[in-house]
This record gives sequence, structure tokens and C-alpha cells, in this order.
Amino acid sequence: MRTTLKYAILLAGALVFAYPFLWMIAGSFKPEMEITQVGLWSQDFSWKSYIQVFAKIPILRAFVNSVIVSVTVTVSVVLFGAMVGYALARLRFVGNGALYVFILFSMMIPAQITLIPQYVLMVKLGLTDTYLSLILPTMMSALSIILFRQFFMSIPQALIDAARLDGCGDMTILFRLIFPLSRPVIITVAILTFMASWNDVLWPLIVVRDRSLMTMPQLVTLFVVGGESESQLGSLLAAATLLAVPVIVAYTFFQRYFIESMANTGLKG
Amino acid sequence: MTTLRRFTASISRSDRNGFLFVLPYVVFVLAFVAYPLIFSFVLIFHRWNIVTPMEWVGLKNFERMAADPLFYKAIVNTLVFLCIHIPLQIIVALGFAVILNSKIRMRGVFRAIFFLPVVVSGVVVTILWQQMYSFDDGLLNNLLLMVGADKVPWIIDARYAMPSIAIMATWKNVGIYIILFLVGLQNIPMELYEAANLDGANKRQQFFGITLPMLNPTVIVVIVLSTIGGFSLFVEPYVLTGGGPMQSTLSAFLYIYNQAFYFNHMGYAAALAFAFAFFILLVVLLQRKFIESESLT
Repeated sequence: MRTTLKYAILLAGALVFAYPFLWMIAGSFKPEMEITQVGLWSQDFSWKSYIQVFAKIPILRAFVNSVIVSVTVTVSVVLFGAMVGYALARLRFVGNGALYVFILFSMMIPAQITLIPQYVLMVKLGLTDTYLSLILPTMMSALSIILFRQFFMSIPQALIDAARLDGCGDMTILFRLIFPLSRPVIITVAILTFMASWNDVLWPLIVVRDRSLMTMPQLVTLFVVGGESESQLGSLLAAATLLAVPVIVAYTFFQRYFIESMANTGLKG
Repeated sequence: MTTLRRFTASISRSDRNGFLFVLPYVVFVLAFVAYPLIFSFVLIFHRWNIVTPMEWVGLKNFERMAADPLFYKAIVNTLVFLCIHIPLQIIVALGFAVILNSKIRMRGVFRAIFFLPVVVSGVVVTILWQQMYSFDDGLLNNLLLMVGADKVPWIIDARYAMPSIAIMATWKNVGIYIILFLVGLQNIPMELYEAANLDGANKRQQFFGITLPMLNPTVIVVIVLSTIGGFSLFVEPYVLTGGGPMQSTLSAFLYIYNQAFYFNHMGYAAALAFAFAFFILLVVLLQRKFIESESLT
């Protein structure tokens, strides 16, 4: 095919996917009157929109909340995923096969079915409006167990036998011996979990009503939907930019891992 | 008796650490998967607003559903979404994947840019598109005016709103599918094309005779994931349109959310969730059948 045409299509595509983000960032610094213009440049760039956002909503606090929740969930999913994956792949015990089949089955249950009872459970445990309610239901994940199990199956038994002879227990074998070899799965599981946790809006909307406990995407969503933004385009774009920037920064550094993780599992965050 | 004894024997032969390692997960699954599943099933036969005690209503929730115009509306809306989203997604993703699969400089850069919307939060994407779709001075209508075309009522007209959401969702997700198609393309053996070349098949015949059939498994993955995605559509209509105008963007998930957490109709919402889950299964099975019979002809 004609090479010029190919590059023309690719460049047009790149423009379509990247320009809205550039326009958003530029718009968050522009004066209100100029935002809707198609171009990016303005004579009067300022921090005004950001100052408005910080004055209206506790967005820094929400950022800290999101970090606390997402990091805890990610660490937990990796640790427990590795433990269960190791047991399923490497230890012989009654119910091993049955548990594996159940885990595969549980991945097919649509989230909408478990949503309401999970909320009821949080209400009954008196956990609504706490960090725990945001963390508990996602502390372990079926997908991470499957991924770890698959990877651990490929580790040579001789390696584990040698460690056993040296008197290592399963905990030592898993976290000292196998963990350092498992970088690819750990990265995949960590990225998928962190992204899903960071971007989740629905669950926080349901269990948290206290503004000081809200996660960042939740707070920004309510800022838009609840009318607090008073339809000021600048502050809307500033809030959206603040929400997007941490992810975009992480993505620029670990871009290859993000794409590989999501493509390998064929799932969206 | 013997089976019981054999069972206890195999338990005692089991690796004790095996039980210990999976114990936290078993507790987790009981609390957050098994219990909700059973509770949800019980709930569909009850009327309950969380505060007062549950009231057994038998199949009333389903009778109500059968007569609920919004239930049908949510299904039709989702089907409208899928009918635009899935073909658009496949054509755009396949197009970019085929180009990226040829000898291209800076392939990595392009791939990274196409993937950018996938990683950014749906809330950000929706806020962005809300401005781009704005009727009076949105980016898209401004561009249309610049080339001398008429403004489009993207999200304020009931006929346009759901298609607009489908376009936005395609923009957000197509990066994943470009990568999936790229992987699929790279798995097609070169010998097939060489043999086709010897037989004198042109590029076009090769694409429809080799590339497309070989990508069939990827197409199925794309269709199934998009279908499930369509039924869990929530943030987009919630932020962009709130389900309007005239309920034209009320999605399945948004309707469940409204019933459960706005009106406190927990029983009815649970029944809706089961019905939609059943419907997803049905649609996916139908699609599979359709694709498989297509690939035979």
C-alpha cells in the first residue's frame, strides 16, 4: 500500500486520540471565554480554574484517599493472589481442583448481581463511610489467582525441591525464591488491579457519602453531576485534568507494561 | 463408610499449608461472592427497602418487570448501543491494526497514543466529550461550522444521544482491540500469504480469504467483551446525560442503580440484575452461533 497514505491515516488517528487531552489541559489554563475555541494557545494562561477547584472541593484529600485505597487493594491482591496461586499450582490438598473450577466460574458472575448484596453487607457490618468498605470487596481477585497459578506451574519442580532440602518452608519458597522470578505476572496483576481500583466510580458512589472519604474519581463525578461546578467549563476541565494526570504520568513511564498487561489478559481496567 | 474413610485419609495426606494458603480466599469468597449470590437470588422474590423487614412477594417483581416500559427501554437502548459500537469498534481497530502491522516507523509511538484513552478514567473521558458534544459551542460543532456543515444535536436529541455515547465508548476502548488484532495478525503464518501469492491471489482476496478468517477468534473476543461492556455501561450515561433525553440513554446498569440506590427498590433491582444477566448470556450465545455459521460459508 502507498506508504504516504498509511502515515496520513496514522497521524490523523493520533490527532483524534491525543488532541482532546491536549485541548483539555490547555483549556484548564485558559480564561473562561476562550476555552471553547478549537486552538490550544492563549495569551492569558493562568491557574485561576485550579484555584477555584481547590477552593470548592477537597480534591487533595480525595487524591490521598484514592492512593490509600488503590495501594492497599493492589498490595493485597498481589499477596493473596500469589499465595492462592501457589497453593493451587504447587501444593496437593483435597479440594484443590474444585476450588480452581469455582474460581473460573466466579469470574463469569456479572458484577450487577453481587452489587446490591455487597452493599447490604457493608450496611450490616456498619462499614459504610469507611476506608474498609472501599477496600474489603476488592481485596482478592479471581483473575490474579488464575494468572499467578499459570505462571507458577511453569517453575521447575527441581528448584522447589532443592529449597525444601535446605529446609525452607512454603512461605520462604514463595516469597524469597519464586517471587523474584515472577516480575512479569506481578507487574501485570499490579497494573490491572491498580487501574481498576483507581478508576472505579460506581462502588464508591454507593458506599461513601462523607465528602472527606471520597475517592478522586467519585469526587470529580459528583462535582460535575451535582452542579457544584456551576457549569464553569474551566474548573470542570481543571478537575478532569487533575484526575487524569497521575495516570497519564504513570502511563508514560510504564507504557509497555500497561499495554502488555491489558492485551495479554484481554480485559479492560 | 469407605468413601468417608477414604476422604478423611486424603485430608490427612493433604498438604496442611495448602489449606492455610487458600483459607483467606475461601473466607473472602464466602462473604463477597457466595453470600451475595444467594442473597441476590432470595431478594428477587421479595420487596425490600433495606429499612423495613423483607416482604415475600413471589413472582411479583417479574410481573412488574414484564409491564415496565423502562425495562424494555433499557434493553433497546443497550441494543442500539451495541449495534453501533461493535461494528465501529471492529472496523476501526482492524484498520489501524493492519496498517500498524506493516513496515511502519514509530509503530510504538502510534500504539501508545491509540492506547491512551484506555488507561484514563471514564470520568475524565466523559467530561471531555461532554464539552466536545456541547451543542452551542462544543469542539465538534465548532469544527462542523468551520467546514460549513450544520450543527449536530449530539446529546440533546433522543435520536442522537445513544449513538453519540457509542462513538465515545469506541474512542475510549478501541486501543485495546487494536492491540488484540495486532497480536492476532502476527500469529497468522506467513506461508499462507506466500502460497496465496503463488496462486496469484491479489491483496484484496488475501485479506478476505486469509486474514479475516484467521482473525475470527479475535473477532469473537472483541464482540463478547463489547457486549458485556455495553450492559455494564454506567459512568458514561450517568455523567453525560443522566439517562436522558427522554430516557434514550438509560442503560441496563444505570436502571438497576436508580432502582436500588435512588428508589430503594432492592428486590426489584435484584430481579432486574438477574434478567439483564440472562439477557447478556442470550445475546452472547446468539452472536456465537451467528459468527460460527458465518465462518463456515
